[in-house]
Amino acid sequence: MESHIAEIVQHTGGVIGNSWLMIAFPLVGAFILLVFNRFTNRWGHLLGVAMSLASFVVAVLAFFELIGFGPEERRRAVHLFEFIPGMPGEPAMVDMGLLIDPLSISFALLITGVGSLIHIYSIGYMSHDEHRRRFFSYLNLFVAAMLLLVLADNYVGLFIGWEGVGLASYLLIGFWQFKPSAATAAKKAFVVNRVGDFGLLVGMFVIWTSFGTLAFKDLGAEVNGVQNGTTLAIGLLLLLGACGKSAQLPLQSWLLDAMEGPTPVSALIHAATMVTAGVYLVVRSGAFFFPEGSGAALAVSIVGAVTLLAGAIIGCAKDDIKKGLAGSTMSQIGYMMLGAGLGPAGYAFAIGHLITHGFFKANMFLGAGSVMHGMNDEVDMRKYGALRKFMPITFVTFFIGYLAIIGFPLLSGYFTKDGIIETAVHHQPILGWLAVLGAGITGFYMSRMVFMTFFGEKRWADDAHPHESPLVMTVPLMVLSLGSLGLGAYLVLNGTLYRFLSPAVGGDPAAAPEFHFVTTPGLATLALVAVGAAFAWMRYGRAEVPAVQPRGSFLTTFARRDLYGDALNESLFMRPGQWLTRLAVFFDNRGIDGIVNGLAAGIGGSSGRLRRIQTGFARTYALSIFIGAALLTGALLLVGNI
Amino acid sequence: MNPAIEAPTIEYGTLAPLLVIFGAACIGVLVEAFAPRYLRKSIQVPLTLLSLAGAFALVLVQVLRGQVSTTASAMGAIAVDGPSLFIWGVILILSFVCVLLINDEGHFVASAASVPGSADEEEAERHDNGTGHTEVYPLVLFAVGGMLLFPAAHDLLMMFVALEVMSLPLYLLCGLARRRRLLSQEASMKYFLLGAFSSAFFLYGTAMVYGFAGTVSLPGINQAMAAGNTLDPLLLIGFALLGVGLLFKIGAAPFQAWKPDVYQGAPTPITALMASGTLVAAVGAVLRVFWVGLGNLDWEWRPVIWGVAALTMIVGSILAITQTEIKRMLAYSSIAHTGFLLVGVMATYGSAQQNAESLKAILFYLAIYGIATVGAFAVLTLVRDPGGEAGHLSRWAGLGKRAPVLSGVFAFFLLAFAGIPLTSGFMGKYAIFSAALNSGTQPGDSIGGWMAGLVVVGVVASAVAAFFYVRVIVLMFFSEPAADGPAIAAPSMGTVAVIAVSLLVTVGVGLYPESVLGVANDAASSLFIR
Repeated sequence: MESHIAEIVQHTGGVIGNSWLMIAFPLVGAFILLVFNRFTNRWGHLLGVAMSLASFVVAVLAFFELIGFGPEERRRAVHLFEFIPGMPGEPAMVDMGLLIDPLSISFALLITGVGSLIHIYSIGYMSHDEHRRRFFSYLNLFVAAMLLLVLADNYVGLFIGWEGVGLASYLLIGFWQFKPSAATAAKKAFVVNRVGDFGLLVGMFVIWTSFGTLAFKDLGAEVNGVQNGTTLAIGLLLLLGACGKSAQLPLQSWLLDAMEGPTPVSALIHAATMVTAGVYLVVRSGAFFFPEGSGAALAVSIVGAVTLLAGAIIGCAKDDIKKGLAGSTMSQIGYMMLGAGLGPAGYAFAIGHLITHGFFKANMFLGAGSVMHGMNDEVDMRKYGALRKFMPITFVTFFIGYLAIIGFPLLSGYFTKDGIIETAVHHQPILGWLAVLGAGITGFYMSRMVFMTFFGEKRWADDAHPHESPLVMTVPLMVLSLGSLGLGAYLVLNGTLYRFLSPAVGGDPAAAPEFHFVTTPGLATLALVAVGAAFAWMRYGRAEVPAVQPRGSFLTTFARRDLYGDALNESLFMRPGQWLTRLAVFFDNRGIDGIVNGLAAGIGGSSGRLRRIQTGFARTYALSIFIGAALLTGALLLVGNI
Repeated sequence: MNPAIEAPTIEYGTLAPLLVIFGAACIGVLVEAFAPRYLRKSIQVPLTLLSLAGAFALVLVQVLRGQVSTTASAMGAIAVDGPSLFIWGVILILSFVCVLLINDEGHFVASAASVPGSADEEEAERHDNGTGHTEVYPLVLFAVGGMLLFPAAHDLLMMFVALEVMSLPLYLLCGLARRRRLLSQEASMKYFLLGAFSSAFFLYGTAMVYGFAGTVSLPGINQAMAAGNTLDPLLLIGFALLGVGLLFKIGAAPFQAWKPDVYQGAPTPITALMASGTLVAAVGAVLRVFWVGLGNLDWEWRPVIWGVAALTMIVGSILAITQTEIKRMLAYSSIAHTGFLLVGVMATYGSAQQNAESLKAILFYLAIYGIATVGAFAVLTLVRDPGGEAGHLSRWAGLGKRAPVLSGVFAFFLLAFAGIPLTSGFMGKYAIFSAALNSGTQPGDSIGGWMAGLVVVGVVASAVAAFFYVRVIVLMFFSEPAADGPAIAAPSMGTVAVIAVSLLVTVGVGLYPESVLGVANDAASSLFIR
């Protein structure tokens, strides 16, 4: 198939030439807040917001400069410095630079835009926390790392950003580390991500040894469309990395626990941006290692389809509002992965869904945070109910996000999700119909969440006094809900996003897929969503919701326990791992320490014995010289006459 | 009719550094004879320092003008080539800082001839107010002159003369300690007896080699070997005896026994001079004899030196473990380092390029080990008990709490000896071991595998050595201080300068090894005059 990926053009000057500022602003912010510590307590959060906004401004300016170029010239590389110098006289092994192209600028806008809104929201949300300044420093660190991840023009820079967001995620999940559950969740996220990171790292090793470069601009020529065992292996290794970061099966277990972090973190990192890094990795590497129809691409789609179902099923059984949303995030990223495995046609919808999801999921997470803010940090939906009258703004914005995610016609999610489903049914019918089923389940569990929270009877705790959140929190909700309303239509109708992305990810700009309103899978999806929503209304809207979790059927328990993912991990990896550790400790104590101590004792003993030779008598020394001379002479004569 | 004797040609320009030192030494003797007692020190100290600095400047001039001679000077008796000039520079710097230490009060006895503990001694001390013998300065200059001549000597007789010029003043200097005079005199006596014994070996070896080659000139011997039978017992025995004399001077096993006793007994500034300057000079001489004189005999001597090097590293590091006296411990440490240097001496097989590589490593090691050694001994002079320096290790317990800076500096020197990365010692060991491994991989090197074996022995010995260095650090920083711990003397300007310079070099070279490696490389690339 003919590739439509545009050549990368070297760029200097202008906003794009200085786009490193995008990364530098939040990085400097994090640095100042961390180094000057409590001296910045009073205005630290404002600095954090300002840095994030500054980064957003640069991103917007860079975006407008970029669309000033013709479509074929919209891949601009900016060289920063020689990162890993080569052997003397040879070019650098890795040059550090930024790649500003339609794909990366889309991400940059999402990260800085949604990121800034969440920064602003956090001013209100964290106003009672004495470590608010530290929180903002971590948020800034995250934004910087995430921007490096998407803007770097090579895998090494991407990896540094990748590890940076991992670190920020770890720090923020464990932000309330005085809670053992938060500390454990942070550790779990870190460990599980490590598995994925190793996949990415080993993948990079293989790329380096096979192609001798890690720069995106050289890989195209090096790989040259050839597909063989090596590229399949690289693809699967990169997919492992993507699974870790994006909480796809089998590395999904950390995301639900990650909800222990403050809610803005869940919104920014664990819904809108970081968890989509895996999708970015797949799309960015798509032309090299996941071309349409390859085994690696099929693997991506299968992982996506399985995860979208698993996430949806988990979402059905959660009573914790944030965990329910986390299951939904897993599921929605599953949709993106499914789309990302379908080649250029799928990329546009996958990225489109990624962007709209960034809005409506952040919208709902922040809405959930607003609800918790008013309900004394209660997260159990069985203790909510009838909140629509007490939090009108939160309710309306949340409801818009809800309609968007279930794919209510003409809202954002409708266009992007339906696009993925249609393309999937066209390319991989089985996976496509699984996605249709997933959409139906989404209709059920999201409706359940809305009904349990905002409708029905009050089931509040005695000391609950629900109230609307301050404007600093609700204004970001309003902005995000606007995105949930119209962004999808803007991106998908007329193939706007497809044509914009095509120079970066391939795909014939002339053959932009048309969006059909009336298709079989589309109608089937709508029908299933309606059924799901109606079922939810019967169970949770009209009927009374028990305040204590009922025992539930086998299937409910299955979903509540995250499809036994943790049980599986514990029995397969954790327990054997602990045994291995114990064995190693035992071996170390008995075996290695024994050898070491024995050796030390032996050397000490021989030292004690040898030192008796040093008698202090000159005659003994002279004798030793004489014997030494005899030995030396004898040895020389012997060697000489062999 | 007697044939007319031709006047020998002497290259005064090339030999100027030597002449300055010897000239200043002679003037120093005259000063002792004619200047009044109260004036002597104020004349001797500037004279000594200026002559050392002047000689260094003359060395520098030769290097900077790029006029490193390619033929031997003084009728083929002295070779002032690149390595010689480098070694000269190092020795002059080391002896300059050692003289700053010597200059400190309280190290030297007022009257060496008085019986320890007698009324004469008291009488002498009363008139002396801490200065001690000012004869120390010309003696040091003569010793330094010998050190310069020793590695540059181009024939065996000149080398023997240099050996004696270097050693005789040192024998005397060892016996001049102000405190613990009996120990000092014992050290001096032992050093003299054993030194004379080993000199006899050296001289006897020279005679035998002359018997084989008909010449004492080093290149002459090498040519004779190329022409004649290298298995001649006369040559082999002669060479073995020569080796004994040289290995004694560097303190290689089994000729190391004198080192701990002498290092312990000698006044600490003199110990510093011996552990740094003498070692540098003697290793230079070993290199010249083995690489130039016996270049064609390497198949015979390398296996033997293999054994000596391994034994030296093992004996040095193992015996250091049970030492309780800090100067004795440093003496064994010096023996171990001698072994590491011998590994470099072994790494000579193959092309001239290869030799330059090993030579560079050895020169670098000498320079950085010498300066760190002087620094460590300078620290020792400051930790004092009522009866003199606090030598016993138990006295150093908890010193880190009472004198954190001094202990920290000492700990850093110890880490440099141990070869911990970011210190100069690491780069030194790395250079030596990698040169040895490279030489082992030269095509046709029949003992290539053995080189790797020797490096393994070296690395293991380094690990053992790290133990006793770190033990002192642990003792200083993690033990409870003794109730009546040693006092920290207020250091003089000179001692502060010595410690500061040594520390700076050790840190600086650890971070930027290229600074000294580059100079060593330039020196080594011209190789020895053959």
